[in-house]
Amino acid sequence: MAGEKLDTVAIVEEKDDSPKIKNLSDFWTFLKKELKPRGNIATPFNLISLPIMILGYIFIVYRLAAGLGKPITNLNQDFPWGLWIGFDVVTGVAFAGGAYVLCFVVYILRAEKYHAIIRATVLNGFLAYLFYAGAIVLDIGRWWNIYNPMIGNSFGVNAVMFLVAWHFFLYMLAELVEFSPTIAEWLGMKRLRKILGSLTLGAVVFGICLSTLHQSGLAALMIMAKNKIHPLWYTEFIPILYFVSSIFAGLSMVIFEGSISHKVFGDQIDEAHHKHYDDILVGLARICSVAMFGYFFLKIILLVHEHAVPYLNSPMGYWFLLEIIGFVLVPCFMFAHGAQQRNTSTIKFAAVITMIGIIINRLNYTFIAYNWYVPLSQKYWPAPMELIITASIILTEIWAFRWIVNRMPVLKEPPAWARKLH
Amino acid sequence: MDRRNFLKIFGSGVATAATGNLLNPAKTNASEDNQATEFYGILVDTTRCIGCRRCEKACAEANGLPVPDIDELTNKSVLEKMRRTSDTQYTIINRYDTEKGPIYVPKRCMHCNQPGCAAACLVKAMRKRPSGHVTWDANCIGCRLCMVSCPFDIPKFEYTKAMPRIQKCNLCYDRYKKGGIPACVEVCPTQVLVFGTRRQILEEGKRRIAADPDKYVNHIYGEYEVGGTSHLYLSSVPFEQIGFRKDLGTVPYPEYSTGFLFAVPFIFVLWPIAMLGINRATKKDDESGHGENHENKEHEKGKH
Ligand code: SF4
Ligand code: SF4
Repeated sequence: MAGEKLDTVAIVEEKDDSPKIKNLSDFWTFLKKELKPRGNIATPFNLISLPIMILGYIFIVYRLAAGLGKPITNLNQDFPWGLWIGFDVVTGVAFAGGAYVLCFVVYILRAEKYHAIIRATVLNGFLAYLFYAGAIVLDIGRWWNIYNPMIGNSFGVNAVMFLVAWHFFLYMLAELVEFSPTIAEWLGMKRLRKILGSLTLGAVVFGICLSTLHQSGLAALMIMAKNKIHPLWYTEFIPILYFVSSIFAGLSMVIFEGSISHKVFGDQIDEAHHKHYDDILVGLARICSVAMFGYFFLKIILLVHEHAVPYLNSPMGYWFLLEIIGFVLVPCFMFAHGAQQRNTSTIKFAAVITMIGIIINRLNYTFIAYNWYVPLSQKYWPAPMELIITASIILTEIWAFRWIVNRMPVLKEPPAWARKLH
Repeated sequence: MDRRNFLKIFGSGVATAATGNLLNPAKTNASEDNQATEFYGILVDTTRCIGCRRCEKACAEANGLPVPDIDELTNKSVLEKMRRTSDTQYTIINRYDTEKGPIYVPKRCMHCNQPGCAAACLVKAMRKRPSGHVTWDANCIGCRLCMVSCPFDIPKFEYTKAMPRIQKCNLCYDRYKKGGIPACVEVCPTQVLVFGTRRQILEEGKRRIAADPDKYVNHIYGEYEVGGTSHLYLSSVPFEQIGFRKDLGTVPYPEYSTGFLFAVPFIFVLWPIAMLGINRATKKDDESGHGENHENKEHEKGKH
């Protein structure tokens, strides 16, 4: 009770330094101020990332002007999808799954423990969709037609790709709504903040529906590649596998990103939260280990169900075993063990292994186990420009994340007036 | 248009976009136009082909593609290796050396009855016409899912062009609309190819097999494969010896995606009910409000 009193005093004393924006010109002044870089620009990270990003942008312009073929990508008639779809879009979306899982935990199950990381996670998810799923523009061969699935008169409403495209788009809106209270707090718009805050639950429910569907929809895209994907990976249940794996893929990303954020932006986070953070990690590790065990179990059942067991004793079989044991079962136990011992290093290490496993899994479906009978010399392998463009997209996302975190109350406490809202 | 009407139309548009064709998810794009009409197709009798490649040339001329040399010498060297259709070749001839001597096989789009390519396409650029032709339109966005979804690896993408197209045989749809028959069928000197409705060419194929059971294997490739195709093949040797896959099954490819499409409306109805239910159930009595605002209050409390 005494604490409560003290806290109230603290809130009253905290001065309201949020911007007063009354008209457009106020807004411009504010924005101009915020757009200026803060702190030292010549950090090692900036010095390394900036040249890569600029090189990437040049290549992007070149790609849009010259087409998709060599030397930009190594895509060919046998491998229509490569790194940009397999990694940027499909893996990127799986990693962004943390946002819907945590929204479910925080807003639907009301597990308050995780509330501290929800904003960073939603922001990360939103940016991942914006940049990684946005990378699809590069991969779309006739990119000037990209609006066709949205406006036009020739909708393939029953094409899986049509649903996925719309669900991407709507989900980005839902995530923007989920994140918007933070933006309103940054702008100091109190009334707007209240309205936007009341939209959160609706956006969360809608967002979870959309996530369920497009996480699995990405797998449903591959379902007609029945005779091209190796029988160890192809099953009619790949949509369910993608959905389940997006749970631990997303949470591993949350653990990974959170650990880095806590080092880089440590000064924005108060002491209580720092302590509390280990609890959060342990909880996330528990969810991961359960989801991964379920996933592993499902994989084994499907292996038997699809009569694919005989394929295990072949090079592709060893590759499959490496994936589901080395990158699913092992990190699953590491998560469980780490949670039990409250050992956060083990948990973080498991998260990294899980993420590598997810990358391998998604790339298997797009080009490794896809057309697996094509001789090795003719297989697709990402071209240098594809890799550089991908790297520049990831780095741009990190820059955007950093810019927002440094300005808006993502990791730091919301302003006092917003905390008083209810 | 007044505002309410606009909202209504816009709203239903978004709903369709989000849920697909709610009432009839089993009706894939590929099965849409093609009820109750008869498809046209080509019967290919591989026992008659002499490998002259005149169809390749006629096809290239009809479709504005690079025209190949087809003199005897070139043919000999070209037919040495196995080729596949490409972004500049809608039709190609391959030679297979079998126990019955060399067999020449024309390859091109099979014009499936329910094409995977058309079911995959999100803007209906790839389309099964009521006449059976599977055609491509310029509203394509170039996602290349049709290439992933074709069981015969037929659609080809122009990787080297700044404004690429998907390239494949369209069964000479333009010539058909003007009352003509496909260029390859017209030029073939040995009547390997027969153009007609699927019913006619199927009957013709069966008649030929029945008339000469020693010459043909008793199988018409494309009668049942992937739910039936409008290109049908006759052969004197088992089909796997002349480059046909026997593992494609008889289920139309679009049907593989109906499971997912069925799930979509269910998720949109059941998930919100379940989630709002849980949300209510986990609510503590003394709280009002929801969403971020509410959460902030909780946040506050947590600090005390
Ligand atoms: S063979 Fe391939 S491209 Fe041709 S209609 Fe069938 S699915 Fe489409
Ligand atoms: S590449 Fe074009 S034709 Fe093929 S599925 Fe995509 S949009 Fe349709």
